[in-house]
Amino acid sequence: MTVSATSAHSPAELEEKILASLEARMAHQSGITADAAFRLAVDLALPGKGITAIFGASGSGKTTLLRCLAGLQSIDSGRVVVNGETWHDEETFLPTHQRGLGFVFQEASLFEHLTAGDNLNYAIKRAPQAGATVNKEQIVELMGITTLLGRLPAQLSGGERQRVAIARALLTNPRLLLMDEPLAALDHKRRQEILPYLERLHQEVSLPILYVTHSLEEVTRLADHLVLLDEGLVVAQGEVGDLLSRPDLNLGSGVETGSMLTGEIVQRDERWHLVKVRFDGGELWVRDHDHFYQQAAVPTVRVRVLARDVSLSLTEEDHSSILNRLPAQVAGIADDGDPAMATVQLQLGSSRLLARVSRRSIDELSIRPGQKLWAQIKSVAVLR
Amino acid sequence: MGFTEADIVAIALTLRLALTTTGILLVLGTPLAWWLAHSNSRWRGAVGALVALPLVLPPTVLGFYLLIALSPNGPIGQITTALGLGTLPFTFWGLVIGSVLYSMPFVVQPLQNSFMALGARPLEMAATLRAGPWDRFVSVVIPQCRHGFITASVLGFAHTVGEFGVVLMIGGNIPGQTRVVSVQIYDHVESLNYDQAHWLAGSLVLFSFLVLFWVYGNQGKSGLARINPGLGSVSR
Repeated sequence: MTVSATSAHSPAELEEKILASLEARMAHQSGITADAAFRLAVDLALPGKGITAIFGASGSGKTTLLRCLAGLQSIDSGRVVVNGETWHDEETFLPTHQRGLGFVFQEASLFEHLTAGDNLNYAIKRAPQAGATVNKEQIVELMGITTLLGRLPAQLSGGERQRVAIARALLTNPRLLLMDEPLAALDHKRRQEILPYLERLHQEVSLPILYVTHSLEEVTRLADHLVLLDEGLVVAQGEVGDLLSRPDLNLGSGVETGSMLTGEIVQRDERWHLVKVRFDGGELWVRDHDHFYQQAAVPTVRVRVLARDVSLSLTEEDHSSILNRLPAQVAGIADDGDPAMATVQLQLGSSRLLARVSRRSIDELSIRPGQKLWAQIKSVAVLR
Repeated sequence: MGFTEADIVAIALTLRLALTTTGILLVLGTPLAWWLAHSNSRWRGAVGALVALPLVLPPTVLGFYLLIALSPNGPIGQITTALGLGTLPFTFWGLVIGSVLYSMPFVVQPLQNSFMALGARPLEMAATLRAGPWDRFVSVVIPQCRHGFITASVLGFAHTVGEFGVVLMIGGNIPGQTRVVSVQIYDHVESLNYDQAHWLAGSLVLFSFLVLFWVYGNQGKSGLARINPGLGSVSR
């Protein structure tokens, strides 16, 4: 459990951090159990760049946290400092329209009486021009909405509306972009349609983004940093690869234990339709999806390896159908709730891998922390 | 046959009264409707009921109390006399005050409904796009609730044209000052000038029908506030 203390940050640190330490109580939004007050209490120091995913089940307080940061919801006490600029503390309370933020709501909220283009102009007209890092043409091109600008919101699909809403938020020239489950109201197909735009956004716009989601897929594809929220409290926060490789964190029912590795494509085997991904700690052969051909320019890839797809061996077995065999060192052994099974944490360079094996195997192979062995990886899923 | 000169004077006076009343009601009614749509105050119900009272009270009741309040010894009359404005009963501005109160629900309720239908989201959205409170009202509320404003204006105007009881109680029957069309019709009938009465009465029927036809014909179109003046109900 890592809940950071914000009390002791040096000034230099404050410059590039998003500090949010706040407490808010409110009646449950369902309204049925109005007396069951919900309490949000977080103390966060988040990196001032990249995408930070705020992840948790519905009702965990994700949206409330975002609304508190935006000043749309009152908080009892707290402090919000974004890259050195105080938005809220004992003396200051900036109303929403004076905070340098962009906000993307869950359902694409465009002004229905304005065309897509005029929705963008609404933001541009009111945005501070000093230090503008983006211009309209760039953003319109980035979000692929050039041909949509003359239409009214009612004439756009859900996905198109959301892309316009994202473009509009970016054109306020924000210091922080807040996105509240921007894909949750869309069906699977539309989601897949927008994700590449968000990935481009991540690569091309240097802007800290807080991204609320309950989708692990969105976390693994987009986020650099992760905050796990449960019942209004921070369960864990950290680099996304580290958190996803922690066997003790419950990421929700139906989410299998596994780890995430980030690497780059270093070799392509056209004959067998494979690509080689090098990450810190080894190399993996991965099935070459069409995905890669199309996106050859993407410098890095992320892969996910489920713990149940990793087995352990004391020697490098040559005669096996398994393609990926990597030398690793045992970092720890954790219970996983099943009396017959355990999760072995492996260290490969700076990367971590999890292997789910039977306790009997651990005993028979006398696996213990510090031991060097071979990890055999049966399957690798490419995330992006 | 056609309108007599006195008829024309009455029509001009009626239009002037209705326009003045509608203008004042939009200025007063908009913040009141906004408060009724958004407040959680325990006074909300009481204020809403007060505003709706003219829907159910006989106009003579309202006119009676206004007459007392505006008379030289009444609370408002004492103030206007002290300010050197004289007393207001049997003057045009006395009629304006009566009409404002009498037509209040017809302006406030459509506005309130359309503000409630707008909801909080467009305003929150505008705030995140750096629009301040006044900017939000001008750039979001007015365009998105424009049908509510139009409905409120049309109904406020039409209802003022149609009043009789309040006028009779506090306005009397002074040509060019307080003798509006409805009073003029009454006079024609009293003096058995049925032909003249037909012209004015028929014109009012036609006018009122066209107004209501427009309002109800537009109901259900996007953004138009639903109104139900007869019941004074709040519906979306």
